[in-house]
Amino acid sequence: MTDSSETGPSGTDLPEGVERRAFDGRDRLATRGEPVYGEPTDDGWRCWDAGRSKLAAMFESGMNVGLAGDETVLYLGAASGTTVSHVADFAGPTYAVEFAPRPVRDLVGVAEDRRNLFPLLKDARKPETYAHVVESDVDAIVQDVATRGQARVAVENRQFLAPDGRLLAALKARSEDVARDPEDVFEDALADLREGYEVLETARLEPYHDDHLGVVARPR
Amino acid sequence: MTEDGTRPETDGGGWFEGVAPDDAEAGATRIREGRADAPADWPERAVASGFAADDEEYYDALREASLRAAREGAAERARADDQQLVHAVRAMDDAAAEANELAERVAEWAGSRYPDAGTGVEYARELAERDPESPTDERLIALAGRTADLADESEELREFIERETPEVAPNLAALAGPVLAARLVSLAGGLEPLAKKPSGTLQVLGAEDSLFAHLRGHAPSPKHGVIFTHEFVRGTRPEKRGSAARTLAGKLTIAARIDHYSGERKPELDAELQRRMDQIRGRGDDVDGTDEQSGGDEE
Repeated sequence: MTDSSETGPSGTDLPEGVERRAFDGRDRLATRGEPVYGEPTDDGWRCWDAGRSKLAAMFESGMNVGLAGDETVLYLGAASGTTVSHVADFAGPTYAVEFAPRPVRDLVGVAEDRRNLFPLLKDARKPETYAHVVESDVDAIVQDVATRGQARVAVENRQFLAPDGRLLAALKARSEDVARDPEDVFEDALADLREGYEVLETARLEPYHDDHLGVVARPR
Repeated sequence: MTEDGTRPETDGGGWFEGVAPDDAEAGATRIREGRADAPADWPERAVASGFAADDEEYYDALREASLRAAREGAAERARADDQQLVHAVRAMDDAAAEANELAERVAEWAGSRYPDAGTGVEYARELAERDPESPTDERLIALAGRTADLADESEELREFIERETPEVAPNLAALAGPVLAARLVSLAGGLEPLAKKPSGTLQVLGAEDSLFAHLRGHAPSPKHGVIFTHEFVRGTRPEKRGSAARTLAGKLTIAARIDHYSGERKPELDAELQRRMDQIRGRGDDVDGTDEQSGGDEE
């Protein structure tokens, strides 16, 4: 996998608005905003647990995600909004796409406390159903969809991404095929992804998330 | 995205086009129902068209409309789907039961007229094809036709349930099979009530009569309700069925909760259930007797 040797687990450049702070004596990621899911808070900072968030795990794994803060973000697979709440804390306008109605209920609650978060009950596999809402040239697509064909989703949503934007995806091996070796699944997914992207960096997200591959890519 | 890389004109334009700036209701409807072939710089267009004074105002309007759209859409879909399933599965059972009852009537009537009269829905189907030779035949054959139609309707309802259940409860449908999953949702009165039931209750859903007999104190506790129709219970040797039913109910309860609270498909559940079932069935069949619990299992 691509080298990440000069950025150790604590050497990643964190975006503006994300800090390492001590919670229970351990240095952990934190963003500033309204608490959402009972996470520990400290002086207005909310602990961002890498075990619950694949994007946080990508930060913790020392990946160079290329976020500086205040970006326009399209988040695919927002679920109940745990991760997207942290993203909205440090990013600019944040479009959160989620298809299952139950988690969207929670996502709406998260969005009510945030001025820059727009929840969309849409299917990430059908970008034409939200292209009339999500603006073009977003700075980053964060993808965490648990569906078969995750690479396909990324390729189809590339149209939203600015030419110098970044795709930050967490690929879940078990969503593609539970039985196959995750490494083989990832290899196939990356091959599909290269149809639309140049893959800059990959890293397994263990120990935070089993059988997940973090991917940083840019459109080509 | 088009093949040649150009962006076509979007068909409906941005969600805000034709919407008054303070009309969040109309905006929400456009967000829910609209579409476009490609994105555009919507904030800029909204400001240029006078929908908003600046980006900030645009985003505030978008926020209002998107919150409303998501809230309404989620409530509507959640409310709609599992209740539709409940109706469908009850209608399927009613249609099948009525078809059987009418088939009995048809068979009895036909037996008085034709020496070769058969029984069941299949015979009603056969009879429905005949040409009536008398006014009495006419009535009988028409009744047979209705019976066949009812049976067909029940079959179509089953197909509908098989298509629809995986949308409403993907994990439960995968583990239980779509029809059994729909039955469980129906017996509980919806996906939410099912998700809130303990596994022991799910295990005996559909066996209420035996359960109450047991609670009154003069019967053994039922081992299974409708989940008996699942291959993992029915296909397991009788003395292991209790364990099989308990294990299956446990996994189905987890599946229902994931479906209700997260909606995300977890394929690993299928594998876990399979593994546990192999263990349970393996225990008694294991001739090598490696498992100390296998004692006393012989038929």
